[in-house]
Amino acid sequence: MATLDLTGLTALPAQVWGAVRLVPLVRDRPVPGLRLHARLYGDEVGVVDLPDNTAYTAYIPHGFVATWSDSPAATYGTHLAPPTPTSTVRLRFHRRMARREERNRLRFLPLHLAVEGYLALHFNGPTVLWDEWSQRAIRRGLSPRAEQAYTGAQIEGLADALKIFEIHPDQCGVALYVADALAAAFVVPHPDDYRALHGTLLLDMYGELIHHYALLSTPVPAFHAFVDDTHVRSLADLRLAATRQSTEWATFHTTTMAAGLLDATYDIRRVYRAGRFTLSRFLPGFRPKEENHIGELITDQRGRTAYLKTFRLSESQIRRGHLLNTLATHDWHLATAAESLGTTPEAFGQRLTKAGFGHLLNPHTLATHRTRSHLTTP
Amino acid sequence: MDRLAAEDMVMFVNAATTSTGQREFHSQAAEQRASLEFLHEYVAGNYRDLYAAVLALDINDLNAALITRRLLATSAEATPEQRAVEGRLIARRLAVMPPQRVYDLFHDLRRAGVNNRRTRAIIRDWLAARPDQAFDAVKYRQGLKRALRHAHVTPSRVAPALHDELGTFLFGGVAPRFRTPLLESWRRAHYEQAAIYDLPYTVAEGFAAKHGVDRSVFLAKIKPNLTRLESLRLRESANTDVDLAAMPLTRLATYVLSLPFADRVARRTELTAALRAAAVRTAGRNAGQWGRVAAVLDDSFSSYGSGVKRRRPLAVAVAGHYLLEALAAEYVPLWTSGATDPLMAHPRGTTPLGHRVLDALSHDPDRLLIISDGWDNSPPGLAGEVLRVWRTRLDPDRRVSATHLNPVYDAGDYDVKRLTPEVPTVGVRNAEDLPALVEFARFTEGRTGFADLSAHFTDRVTRFLETS
Repeated sequence: MATLDLTGLTALPAQVWGAVRLVPLVRDRPVPGLRLHARLYGDEVGVVDLPDNTAYTAYIPHGFVATWSDSPAATYGTHLAPPTPTSTVRLRFHRRMARREERNRLRFLPLHLAVEGYLALHFNGPTVLWDEWSQRAIRRGLSPRAEQAYTGAQIEGLADALKIFEIHPDQCGVALYVADALAAAFVVPHPDDYRALHGTLLLDMYGELIHHYALLSTPVPAFHAFVDDTHVRSLADLRLAATRQSTEWATFHTTTMAAGLLDATYDIRRVYRAGRFTLSRFLPGFRPKEENHIGELITDQRGRTAYLKTFRLSESQIRRGHLLNTLATHDWHLATAAESLGTTPEAFGQRLTKAGFGHLLNPHTLATHRTRSHLTTP
Repeated sequence: MDRLAAEDMVMFVNAATTSTGQREFHSQAAEQRASLEFLHEYVAGNYRDLYAAVLALDINDLNAALITRRLLATSAEATPEQRAVEGRLIARRLAVMPPQRVYDLFHDLRRAGVNNRRTRAIIRDWLAARPDQAFDAVKYRQGLKRALRHAHVTPSRVAPALHDELGTFLFGGVAPRFRTPLLESWRRAHYEQAAIYDLPYTVAEGFAAKHGVDRSVFLAKIKPNLTRLESLRLRESANTDVDLAAMPLTRLATYVLSLPFADRVARRTELTAALRAAAVRTAGRNAGQWGRVAAVLDDSFSSYGSGVKRRRPLAVAVAGHYLLEALAAEYVPLWTSGATDPLMAHPRGTTPLGHRVLDALSHDPDRLLIISDGWDNSPPGLAGEVLRVWRTRLDPDRRVSATHLNPVYDAGDYDVKRLTPEVPTVGVRNAEDLPALVEFARFTEGRTGFADLSAHFTDRVTRFLETS
């Protein structure tokens, strides 16, 4: 378990449009030796072959290509895919989530890498064959495991907010808030990369929570500057007060607004090593009723973030992760797991069913549990 | 009540100066239109006299047309005295408006079914006063035809010089040949290539396409018939000779900003000289009279405007830069991006207006001018706070005059976006109007009453009508 290290990135004042608040993150100097560019795939359904013989199927509109070298590199440029007829649903097959294309070039599917990590959580199902589990759970694990998300284009007002956003010349990232809930954080190594990839925020996916917030929220207010004029005697005082606004905002953003992302600890797993950079994905602690972000990051040899992309889980997704984690820590023993949550096996079974894992449970054994609890309670 | 009226009128003048009903950076065309529509209805209903008087101010053509249309459509609500003044104002305004816009206005009146006696008289008089009806008949054929039909005017009555040929030309009939040379050229142009070069460019272009004339040959031959703006637009493709320095300043700035960076570098001397010359011409007697001037100029990303008003806010800032340079004895320009070369201006980056205003004030100027769309975002509202504290604490005697000029209409607020109530904000369409706007700015501060504003309007109206 580790936290995210955003050293070198400073938050600048937010820009607000409707319910969307965009906080630019700037670097004093870009991360040397790593560049990213976008690759667009079009509207086909993407199928990704994974190394463990499972397949990940999703709408994958774009991918990122990371190029690394020891010397500073120029951005590679974007590629447009040729138009394809849309009368049928086309499939596009990708091999692996992250795949090396050349000696120093890596193609990966942004966010899908992280989401696949979440979907694969305890994917193999019960590790001990307790008789509460159905034959299907024992034979096939959690397969097929599915989650839904919205593309950025479906998030009300996001397209306009991204269009009118004024990109800072040194900007290397953005924290995206919808109705002041942190929806996503996005960090790249170089300002030119950010400029090229700003629009891909619209192709990314966002959870149900964010979609609903954007739909229902009233416009959020901007944090207007305020200068206390009681102690201003000269222009220098005024300048000092103005500068203080910026530093105060940066502190406020890190300690309050983005605290849910930055203070939490994550289970970070390495996916690929590219030179001195490491591509990893991370899962949160799945604490219910709190902010939980999954995501992926590229770090340099000192552990500083060169690339970061996060996805905020909605409440039901957190609950599913929480239940699976609880089961796994108790070797999938229903009664012990239920006890650790302070509930009965029967109620725990109901919770699993409500979370969409009903097919894992053996209905016969559950019925036995129910009868037994009826007999014991007078 | 007076104060409210003054505020409403200032708001309306700002809107009528800036809004063109087109898409802006932050709002769609439909929002702009709807917002403007409401404002016109409100002002026309409450302050009809002043509403008409606005025609005498430097408002844009769209709003002049909207005002005219509304005044003519609601003739019945006006008293005879009001009608007399309105009639003169409308006639004067239409005389200075580009003809294609006036023909559009007549078409609008026709579609709206506005056809009272006053409307017909105004159309008739305007048509009769046109310098060359044959030219209008060829270039604005549809417009003229509709206007004549709508106003029930016999063609020979507006164009007695054309030997009754206008009616035949527009409404058909047998004419083996016309005695008027331009009309005859138009007839011959249907089957003779040589004749198309006597026609106006837009008309000739259609005939050239019909005859399949090679574009380069056509452009070379049509060159003498180009209007000033057409030759500026075709400068690169047809290699026309344009006297850049004679162009209006803002138009010239728009042209410069439309050029690729490499061209701007290659033609730096020529372009700078033209901009400076245009600025000096615009400044006129005021050149060098403004003392020490510091200007905060907005070249943030939002100064791009929109696809239909490409780089307009930035062009106003660039033109303003050269004009202020000519007006000031000592001049400090401060671009929001920190750039120092106005010729290479490019809409990019955030708007740290507050920090630039501080930089400007540290130069201890006599006048502070801010040309910006008012979307101060780094941090939001700092410019307003800095100006407020500076006005109340550091310069309470108003030793330094400060004005904010805003080229963008904010559809949601029915006004241009303000930074702070302490500093006057006026809408600006062309940088050429800058000295007049700085004068007008005092009314937006809320320190002058309705009587002053009313006197100012009367004065402008008198001057406007006298110049006819």
